Parts: sequence; structure tokens; C-alpha cells
Amino acid sequence: MLAYRAGKPVLASQFLADVTRLGPLLGDGGHVLNVCADRYRFAVGLAAGLVGGKVSLLPSTRTPAVIAHLKGFAPDAVCLTDEDDSDVELPLVRFPDDARVARPGKASASMSVPQIDAGQRAAFVFTSGSTGAPVPHEKTFGRLRGCMRLERERLGLTPGISYAIVATVPPQHMYGFEASVLLPLSSGNALCTERPFYPADVCAVLAAAPRPRVLVTTPIHLRALLASGLAIPDTDLIVSATAPLSAQLAREIERRGATRLLEIYGSTETGSIAVRRTTESEEWRLFPGVTLEPRAEETWAHGGHVEQATRLCDVIEVLGGDRFLLHGRVADLVNIAGKRSSLGYLNHQLNSIPGVVDGAFFHGDADTGEATVTRVGACVVAPGLDAAAIAAELRRRIDPVFLPRPLLLVPSLPRTSTGKLPEEALRSLAAAEQKSSPAR
Amino acid sequence: MTDNVSPLRLPAGSAGIAALSRELAGLIVTALNLEVPAADIGPDQPLYGEGLGLDSIDILEIALVVSKQYGVQLRADSEDNERIFASLRHLAEYVNAHRTK
Repeated sequence: MLAYRAGKPVLASQFLADVTRLGPLLGDGGHVLNVCADRYRFAVGLAAGLVGGKVSLLPSTRTPAVIAHLKGFAPDAVCLTDEDDSDVELPLVRFPDDARVARPGKASASMSVPQIDAGQRAAFVFTSGSTGAPVPHEKTFGRLRGCMRLERERLGLTPGISYAIVATVPPQHMYGFEASVLLPLSSGNALCTERPFYPADVCAVLAAAPRPRVLVTTPIHLRALLASGLAIPDTDLIVSATAPLSAQLAREIERRGATRLLEIYGSTETGSIAVRRTTESEEWRLFPGVTLEPRAEETWAHGGHVEQATRLCDVIEVLGGDRFLLHGRVADLVNIAGKRSSLGYLNHQLNSIPGVVDGAFFHGDADTGEATVTRVGACVVAPGLDAAAIAAELRRRIDPVFLPRPLLLVPSLPRTSTGKLPEEALRSLAAAEQKSSPAR
Repeated sequence: MTDNVSPLRLPAGSAGIAALSRELAGLIVTALNLEVPAADIGPDQPLYGEGLGLDSIDILEIALVVSKQYGVQLRADSEDNERIFASLRHLAEYVNAHRTK
């Protein structure tokens, strides 16, 4: 069993047939931006790319500015989509939905499974970088597969048993790419093609998936699931990533779902590198082969499946052996709903808007409780522009989760004589502006 | 979602929908900590994307409020997400048709 659609199995032979059918449609170029929302179709697109020697492009967002950049990075890229209309400005390849895609049953004659070289470049994932251009990170097939072997083991998935993996995260995000697509494909487990959103959807898709089943999700979805009061169908394992969970929330989830909850730590650059069972310990345990190295104030990860030594965006206390603790994010980093950016990057985008004289983003209040999402705000000096016009320009450039709330128009920013902008001064200005605004 | 008609259901198009819209606007502004005064959210202004600028995290938050307040469990497959959240009026009509409290 390779996948489930609405609880109905899709056989590996069907998958191979779909991969074979899709291959020629992807053309002669070397890159595919795979935006399929349906997880099965995404997987078919990924595999067809691998077989055809094409690299999948996985940007963190698809704003017009990012697409324009991708075009420069990979001029031969096409966009594989399963939606009727797409505003992505690349040559579109529509997923052939009339072509008996993912119909259950009907195994065709036995087909040989294509062999992929471990050194083959499978994907480029992108981070937002500090100024303007998204930064590509290469992922080779062998290292992705190696990481998934460790992940299967660390999640305690028994070899030889096929788990049905339900996920609320998109297949294009590094966490979802690994845990909801690569993990099932590379370890004999089955992906569930849906991406349930509302708590009632999550419960319904879980209930339809055969056991043993796994839910791959985030603190945001888990919190919503708990708050909905719905009965969570028995689930053999729940996996959470993108932000750490408190022990209390983790206990509540294990109790309500009669399950085990494991958290994964990782990043776009490194992929998954550690796991913890939050109800047992706040210490994270690294995947074998990966090393954390403190360098001055920073922590770098290298070794194992990590392609390149990577500076991690969290404050980390390295304990003995393969253990470590997380102590929050690095000051400049912004992480909202598993999307990462930096104040530096957001400021760069804001200040490149014609008419913006000066502008700066700041972190929202962190004391709203760990469960709610903390947004960013911005103070902007832009005589002649209104907030709506600035927001519309930002929307073209940055992912909507980073749109400032509030966006405050101010006469000037409290810069020091050397041009520095102390965070405290900026936050006080924002607080004063909000107080004086007529809202509410 | 069941097709049961709730005893609380108001006739569509009545002043009740307008009142429910106002109530929802207040709940949304409070739940999401928005800067906009609730009264400024027009009944036909889009909630998603360009309009009020809400994203999927907000929509999940609104879904929670709606389930607690009105006993409506939103489902992505029962009606299109984007349609329900196309405007305050659409959301109010949906809630009105499916509310259990």
C-alpha cells in the first residue's frame, strides 16, 4: 500500500503507472516547481522528476517576487499544479486528473521500480535569506533517504508494518516534505493524500485512515484540535514540529488522543535532526551522525545527513552526548507557523517599497501565552502612502503570515545619532501609537 | 454536516443575519486582536487575503470561536473554505444555517 485517498488504498503499481504517465508532460527542462495541493499528486510529481533527472523546487512561499526570482535561478522551470487556475507566472503543467489518477485497485502488470542514484540532486529548498533573494539549499536523494531511515527509527515506526500517515502540513514545507511524503515513500508506509484543516476535518481523515496511523501536525493545529472539544480518533503516534510544545500541552494531547506524542526539531537547511518525547523529557536527542557545535554565541549543525554545516536559528544549550535543550529563538529570527524569516529580511523588503522613507518590523508581544500565534508589527515612515497601499505592496513581496499587525504610520523612527534603532525605543513608539489610535 | 434545520435558525436575508454579522465581527476582532474596529468590517468585505487580510491561521482561530459560540464545526469539504470566508455575510449565513446553540 502506497497511499490512501479517502481511506481507500492506492497501490504502488498505480503510483508507478502515474509516475510513468506524468514524466513526459514535465518537458525537457531540469526544474519543476511542484505546487500540487494533493499529497499523492505531489508525490507523483516528485517521483516523476526524480526519474526524469529533474530537480524539484520548494520555495517557502509563492509571492510574485519569489516566482520572479525562481525564474532567474532556474529559467527552464515549469510549474506542476493540480488546480484549475494558478497565478504562478511560469509555464504551467496541469496534473492529468482525467488520467485514471490514484484510482484504487486495478494493479497493472508488474513494473520495475526505477533506481535513483544516491548522489542525484532531488530538490532545492529555499530559505528567505537576509536580503531580497531566496537562498537555495541542495538536497540529494541519498541524504534525504538516509535522514528518513533515521526518522523512521527515532519515531519508533516498526519495520514491516505499514502506518497510514495523515498530515495537516503541506508537502512543500520541509517538515511536511519529509514526514508526510518522503517518510512514507521511503520506509514502506502509506501517505494519506488529504490535507485536513479544521479540527473536524482532521478527526474525519484520521478516522478514515486504517490503523496503525500517524498524525503529522503542528502546535497550531493541535491546539485547535484540543480546543474544539471533538473526540480525537485513537492514533498510534502524533508528530509535531515547527515550534516547541509545552509539556502541559503535550500531556493533554497524549491523554485526549490516547497516544504518544513526539516532537521533531529541524530546519529547512538541515531537515529533521532531533526528536523528543515531550512528556518524558525536555531534552532533544540528535539523529545519529549529526553534531551540534557551539561557535561563540551560535550553534552550528553538521555531519550525518546534513548537507552543509548550518547555523541554527535557536539558542541552544548543548548537553553531553547527543542531547540538547532549546532556549528560544535568535533575536533577529521570526518564526510564524513554521515559516521562517528575519527582521532584517522583512525590513529590507519594507524599505524597498517606493514611497517608504524608513520602516522597521518588530516582534509582537511574546506574553500572550505559548499557544497563540505571535505576529510581527511594523512602524513605517511613508508620507503620501496609506497603510493599505503599503500592505498591498508587502503582500507581493513577503509571505502573508509576516504582514505586520499592526502596521503603524509614524512621522519618524526613533533612531540614534548613529542611525541605530534600539528595539526598546521602537516598541515604545509602537505602543504609544497603538494607544492613541482610534481603533476599538 | 447534517441537514437538520436548527430551531435557532433565522429566515435568510432577515435582519437577523445582519445582527449575527455584527456579533461575528466583534468575536473576530477580539479573537484575532485586530486593529480594525468591528463596526468598520463591512458585511461584504472579503475576510481572506486582500480584504481584511486574514490568513489560514486566523481562519482556524475563527473556526474555534464559531464552534464554541454556536456549536458549528466548520468542514473544508462540506463547503468551500473561501466561500464561507468570502465575507462576513457569507460566514453569518453559514453559521445561521448550521448553528446548534
